[in-house]
Amino acid sequence: MQTTFTAEQLRDPDTAEANKILRTCVHCGMCTATCPTFLLLGDELDSPRGRIYLIKDMLENGRAATELEARHVDRCLSCLSCMTTCPSGVHYMHLVDHARRHIEETYRRPWPERALRSVLARVLPRPGLFRLSLRAAALARPLARLIPGRGTTAQRLRAMLTLAPAALPPRSPMQEAPLHPAEGTRRGRVALLTGCAQKVLDPTINEATIRLLTRMGIEVVVPRGQGCCGALTHHMGQHDPAMAAARANLQAWGAEIEGQGLDAIVINASGCGTTVKDYGFMFRDEPEAALAAKISELAMDVTEVLDRFGYRPSREAPGLTVAYHSACSLQHGQKITALPKELLKRAGFAVKEPAEPHICCGSAGTYNLLQPGIAQALRARKLENMARLDADLVAAGNIGCITQLSGDALPVVHTVELLDWMAGGPKPAKLSA
Amino acid sequence: MGPALSRVALADGEAQGHFDPMIRLPPPKPEILARRDGILADLGRLLPEDAVIGEAIRLRPYETDGLSAYRQMPLAVTLPRTTEEVAAVLRYCHANGIRVVPRGAGTSLSGGALPLEDAVVIGLMRMNRILEVNYDDRFAVVEAGVTNIGITKAVEGDGFFYAPDPSSQLACMIGGNVMMNSGGAHCLKYGVTANNLLGLTFVTIEGEVVRIGGQHLDAAGYDWLGLITGSEGQLGMVTEVTVRILRSPEGARAMLAAFSSVEVAGQAVDAIIGAGVIPVALEFMDKPCIHACEAFAHAGYPLDAEAVLIIEVEGSLAEQDMLLNRIKEICDRFEPISMKLAESAEQSLAIWKGRKGAFGAVGRISPDYLCMDGTIPTGELPHVLKRIGEMSAHYGLGVANVFHAGDGNLHPLIMFDANDAESFRKAEAFGADILRLCVEVGGCLTGEHGVGVEKRDLMVAQFTPRELALQRAVKSAFDPGWLLNPAKVFPLEGNEALAA
Ligand SMILES: Cc1cc2nc3c(=O)[nH]c(=O)nc-3n(C[C@H](O)[C@H](O)[C@H](O)COP(=O)(O)OP(=O)(O)OC[C@H]3O[C@@H](n4cnc5c(N)ncnc54)[C@H](O)[C@@H]3O)c2cc1C
Ligand code: SF4
Ligand code: SF4
Repeated sequence: MQTTFTAEQLRDPDTAEANKILRTCVHCGMCTATCPTFLLLGDELDSPRGRIYLIKDMLENGRAATELEARHVDRCLSCLSCMTTCPSGVHYMHLVDHARRHIEETYRRPWPERALRSVLARVLPRPGLFRLSLRAAALARPLARLIPGRGTTAQRLRAMLTLAPAALPPRSPMQEAPLHPAEGTRRGRVALLTGCAQKVLDPTINEATIRLLTRMGIEVVVPRGQGCCGALTHHMGQHDPAMAAARANLQAWGAEIEGQGLDAIVINASGCGTTVKDYGFMFRDEPEAALAAKISELAMDVTEVLDRFGYRPSREAPGLTVAYHSACSLQHGQKITALPKELLKRAGFAVKEPAEPHICCGSAGTYNLLQPGIAQALRARKLENMARLDADLVAAGNIGCITQLSGDALPVVHTVELLDWMAGGPKPAKLSA
Repeated sequence: MGPALSRVALADGEAQGHFDPMIRLPPPKPEILARRDGILADLGRLLPEDAVIGEAIRLRPYETDGLSAYRQMPLAVTLPRTTEEVAAVLRYCHANGIRVVPRGAGTSLSGGALPLEDAVVIGLMRMNRILEVNYDDRFAVVEAGVTNIGITKAVEGDGFFYAPDPSSQLACMIGGNVMMNSGGAHCLKYGVTANNLLGLTFVTIEGEVVRIGGQHLDAAGYDWLGLITGSEGQLGMVTEVTVRILRSPEGARAMLAAFSSVEVAGQAVDAIIGAGVIPVALEFMDKPCIHACEAFAHAGYPLDAEAVLIIEVEGSLAEQDMLLNRIKEICDRFEPISMKLAESAEQSLAIWKGRKGAFGAVGRISPDYLCMDGTIPTGELPHVLKRIGEMSAHYGLGVANVFHAGDGNLHPLIMFDANDAESFRKAEAFGADILRLCVEVGGCLTGEHGVGVEKRDLMVAQFTPRELALQRAVKSAFDPGWLLNPAKVFPLEGNEALAA
């Protein structure tokens, strides 16, 4: 597609990158049909092609963002379904990240929205604070129904309280321990990103990962100093906090690489995985460029690591049918589609996939809090498709999806919990309930 | 693309000192432009709040379609959800002399959905419900904004499908398909949209809702359906479509036959068709296309080949084998580099995913392309391909050839750089040469992408003035004020209805 950036504008490396991406787009429109927001809203402004055009117009004119651009870009889930569909290889993710930053830097959102975003950006990445807030939310949960009004703020408050779990799982000493030695001969050494929100919401995911890997002869380190991957703030366009979070991880993992070395950095929340795999790009013009590129290469989804080290079950097949939910960050962000299903089958489960597997469940990081209307519609659509499968449980590889889809008819667990169970670990508590 | 006319436009752009390929459009009506705010307010009363777009920033993405070299901002965009809402907007526009541009998914490659400065765009993408499926009588009634693939998705679980399959089928909508009479790879066997259409709900410019056709082929009376199909949004708007659905074949298999030159592959096509063997699909891709599509679809296309044929057969296993054997025998005479059958359903899917993504995939190797759409007798394929190769060398511009070889429908994609005026100029000249060549060898200027704005000024090359006058009279009978998509299909010259 033609672009009209001036030579002056193109001297800025980020603008040059945006130009490069825009030039790859041939405006064919194939991507519109697989975009969840276009399906729901039926307006090209809420489709990838429309957003790309809107962003192009805003950047070319060097214009400060307005409520209009913010509205349509904010509605984007960053699910990246459009990237899977696009035959031309348009890197929508980098373009929309750039646009979100431009909006954040040039547009002042109205007060309630600004406050909410800043609270989320501060609380979610910090497990201590997050735990406190969830406690408070759990107390306030019964009040959700009482919040009056149909305005966005009321909707968001209700969404927040409804999504907060009624009871928090206890802290897990296991995921806090810095080192988990391999059982038997050591076959490998990996770092585990224990995450931020996930750690608090569902520590059993990290526990299952650690148990399973160590049982397979892999030493697992949980490096000091690592924390949130930066995705939460990155997706809100908050460049500096995102880079700071990522930098802390670079240092923590860099030290491990320098020390005893790492075979992989294991990530079991695919939303984080997509971001860590993008560190190489995020730091391309920073002093840490080489390290970041190395780390993006080492970053692997837990299913990739399990496959590499030859996952094998040890228990009898449980006779259960799993409805596999493909997290967008896994299927579109990291292009991992068949592997988790293949591992689940290897473990002895019957695996089914719902209709419209490419459509987002509406979780999308903080999206379900910021855009509760669309998020709820997508959740309902996903659950409806799931219900038709006649499965016993749902498995997904991302904490966001797990939280979003929980609370309906079927229990929702992380893929790794099932794989651990079949390889000698405990039966996931949610399945016994 | 429109060689003759764009050259005019280019001159305008140059006068302004920068490159801006613009299409010549009828002069906007000043009184309409002046009443813009009032019109928006009126539309806001006719439709729900979220169905009217008037802010410049939000209109921007609607200024173009699949032919993004041409752009024009509309006066307003409306997104109705029901036939009644469509009728209300049309009635209002008719009463106030406001021009209207219908829009589906906006994937037209001939600029069919390009807006006008004084026009209201009526987009039907929200009308995306499946209304009825009847397996006994094998038809489906769907709203105009249902995507082409959406129809098949709705019935495939029960062993049925909707046959016409434009490469854009993932995105393009059935209303747009009807208006462009779209075809696709499998039309070699199943025919184009017109052959699979049973009925329409049609809204006239006066806002009257009319039902046309029925649930069977060949309804009584005049063939209104035939007249409206392919009319490019010039006679009225379609809000519901009744299509024929077919039982899915017992099975299907795709085969890839790779050749060491494009001409030889062309000869093989000619020989297959000449032998009276009709596969369900017979598609051609040359080397640049093969590479681009492989990068997208990972289908296992032969990267060492100069050209590949995708040949699909269907039926029972025995039928498939019989056909494939005959086709292999024929191909063998042209010393293919390799011939291989898709090993699994997944690989077949990947092969089609690559082919159907071909236009977009070319975006990987070139920032822009002009997609040509001409038809030639299949016997001329080898000669035409050779000539296109020579032209490519002459203009110094790459070309990727991909087409429905079975019915001689060519889509050479001329690769250029829209940020470079010289490159665009050359691409246009190259395109004009290709279309002239099509006519020279006894073919025609359009295949399946419609006339739109792209080829409207070339209509004089295909039709006599008398024929054009007759066609214009049909348009005038439906739309005396020339309010419906008026800048398309017919040359502007000598059109009284559009003069300022
Ligand atoms: C990558 C790519 C591949 C393609 N491959 C093919 C192919 O293989 N075969 C093929 O035939 N075409 C192909 N096309 C062209 C295009 O997809 C078809 O012309 C398609 O039918 C257009 O449908 P649409 O919904 O996008 O309509 P639009 O582009 O929105 O509109 C097309 C025309 O129909 C009118 N219109 C749309 N909806 C209505 C309605 N409800 N009532 C009245 N008028 C209406 C518009 O005004 C316009 O004139 C391709 C396009 C692309 C981008
Ligand atoms: S599919 Fe890719 S090239 Fe086509 S419009 Fe979408 S982003 Fe652009
Ligand atoms: S990332 Fe998802 S929501 Fe955003 S434009 Fe792409 S497909 Fe649509």
